[in-house]
Amino acid sequence: MADFGGGDLEAFRSEVRSWVEANFPASLKGKPNPMAGEGRGDPLTPDQDAWRRAVGEKGWGTPTWPAAYGGGGLNGAQARVIQGEFARAGAYNPIGGMGVMMFGPTLLEYGTEAQKQEHIPPIVRGELQWCQGFSEPGAGSDLAALQTKAEDKGDHFLINGQKVWTSGAQYADWCFCLVRTDPAKKHEGISFVLIDMNQPGVEVRPILLINGLAPFCETFFTDARAEKKNLVGPLNGGWTIAKRLLQHERSGISGMGGGGMGGPSLVDLAKKYVGVDEQGRIADPDLRMRVIRNTMETKAFQQTAFRVMAESKGNSGPSAATSIMKNAGTWLAQERHELTLEIMGHQGLGWEGDDFDRYELETVRAWLYGKAFTIFGGSQEVQSNIVSKRILGLPDLTQAK
Amino acid sequence: MAVLTEEQSMLRDAAKSWVQEKSPVTAFRKMRDSGAELGYDVAAWNEMAEMGWAGVIIPEEYGGSNFGYLSLGLVLEELGRTLTASPLIASGLGAASALILGGSDAQKGEWLPKIADGSAVGALAVDEGPHHRPEKVETTVSGGKLNGKKTFVLEGMAANVFVVSAKDGGKIELYLVKADAPGVTRQKLNLADSRGAANVTFENVAVSDADKLSGGADLLEKTLDRARAGVAAEMLGASLQAFDITLDYLKTRVQFGQVIGSFQALQHRAAKMFTELELSRSAVEAALTAIDNNAPDVPELVSLAKAKMGDTFHLVSNEMVQMHGGIGMTDAHDAGFYLKRARACEAAFGNQAYHRDRFAKINGY
Repeated sequence: MADFGGGDLEAFRSEVRSWVEANFPASLKGKPNPMAGEGRGDPLTPDQDAWRRAVGEKGWGTPTWPAAYGGGGLNGAQARVIQGEFARAGAYNPIGGMGVMMFGPTLLEYGTEAQKQEHIPPIVRGELQWCQGFSEPGAGSDLAALQTKAEDKGDHFLINGQKVWTSGAQYADWCFCLVRTDPAKKHEGISFVLIDMNQPGVEVRPILLINGLAPFCETFFTDARAEKKNLVGPLNGGWTIAKRLLQHERSGISGMGGGGMGGPSLVDLAKKYVGVDEQGRIADPDLRMRVIRNTMETKAFQQTAFRVMAESKGNSGPSAATSIMKNAGTWLAQERHELTLEIMGHQGLGWEGDDFDRYELETVRAWLYGKAFTIFGGSQEVQSNIVSKRILGLPDLTQAK
Repeated sequence: MAVLTEEQSMLRDAAKSWVQEKSPVTAFRKMRDSGAELGYDVAAWNEMAEMGWAGVIIPEEYGGSNFGYLSLGLVLEELGRTLTASPLIASGLGAASALILGGSDAQKGEWLPKIADGSAVGALAVDEGPHHRPEKVETTVSGGKLNGKKTFVLEGMAANVFVVSAKDGGKIELYLVKADAPGVTRQKLNLADSRGAANVTFENVAVSDADKLSGGADLLEKTLDRARAGVAAEMLGASLQAFDITLDYLKTRVQFGQVIGSFQALQHRAAKMFTELELSRSAVEAALTAIDNNAPDVPELVSLAKAKMGDTFHLVSNEMVQMHGGIGMTDAHDAGFYLKRARACEAAFGNQAYHRDRFAKINGY
């Protein structure tokens, strides 16, 4: 894009570059974010902790958030400079998680001044982790059927019920949670509250998934407390906020379609595992065509993400197109997992052990975990409902005569 | 929709209102029913030329407006909506690109002003069989004589001048050949999409260096990429309109006591089409923008746009017939027109298989 740039941005780039050189510990170069994925409950090493503090202090982990709450207070072009300079130095962004991806942007939009002052700075500094209390055993795609009850006890709500698929609940300090405050109504009986996870009425049990890992939990609330000051938005007005938060979640998930899992491209993998013919083409013509299709579709997806960004510039928050992006991005990511597995053959099915390299072992887990992409954050069927009803204006089914 | 300049928005709006007023699908139907010799309505083409659309990419010194390829794409998208048939792609895009990129001052001076004002029609004569294989050329130039047979030349009956690919000393070159030159014969093809097309035979047609465009095989590819991107823009418009018509039908057709658009089986297919259309628009606009920016990845982006758009138009045109049910099978309904145009556009200047293979080859696999 030609609309930013010039000397100011270049000056900012050199500022960021020298700051990264001065503050990023060399021992962490090329390492993944320890706060993401398995083992994120482990204590940080001194270097990891120093890097988290340094970035948090600057607000550069959340560069576009308002400086008043500790964010970077920067524009999109400056944020991309930071991203670029971190990548150049092999540095991860140590500030992340659901607080950054979903809850923070939502609270900035809907929270009171006091709520923002209390909850945003610890997210910016990477001090507190958040989890999402939305789904329940009886409320999956039909999220508004949720039953976790919040009773008004004067200065606080008394919370009773069960949440499921609360990712990272075992490491979370806080939970942003949808609760029922009016049993007589469905969507209009839901409130959005913030619950301290470090209290006696909260019990967390990890759920082992098909990929052999346990990124999600069941969370039980038994006479847990949520202070009244931690009600976000009006009483019984939580559904609007939840929908907004889900938009942020979906735009985060759809991003997986564009970037992918990192690591080598499908083409490079195919050349390595399948080989090439005398003209340099991937040797298996059927596989080659499917690799081409996925690669081209991924490019069209990236072009669309870029277009949506350019078109929505100036608007706040994600556009309606995020509903399309979630399905398109997750289909591509799943297809890429399947192709990777197929390209590796039996070598891509290794579960553990020295017979398989690190990327092969990651592939099988990523393939399995990827099946969740079209389920969480609004299943592909729910996304298709949203597109057909809200964007295309197709009507609801009425009772057949 | 790409972020447009004010001039581009005005051009698009002008095209939109002209198409709605003067060139609805009924005009295309009338043209088809009349058996128009050229495959388009000459009076409508003259109006388009008067509005300057034939000169959108042509430099101002040659009578054009030099607005660029994205701008021309906006016009083609609007024309595509109602299947407006005209020589704009063959002449104002294809032949004009070859001249702009490879023409001498004399060649440009002779042809570009006439192409820009619509008084002359140019056409690309580059294929020699049922499939687009521009690198396989059996037409030859030897001893000042051009010999060969070109097939499925879009607007071949209307053309005043052909841009002909031929092997000259073993290398591909492009020549300008006047349609009325001795030794040129053309045979009208009646195709399912009712547009103007012809097979053109060149028998001992006299050519000299003054007729040769400079750039050879590279010029051919550059010219074709511009034509492909323009066809993709037309396909985008046609697909969007086919989808809109289908969506309207889903909202009005009643069966089982309710509109059929309330059935989830149809809703999700509609959502899928909408998703594909959004992705396709991005690819088409990115290709046109890359051409305007003279970006190094034009070939790759054009092949992406043509292939993606081909898949999407294919899907939407099939679903248009299927979702309309029996009425969609009748000639009285427009669905058949969109279906026929889809396949013709898919085949034009390389179908999906051609462009997927090309995309991979460009990227080394």
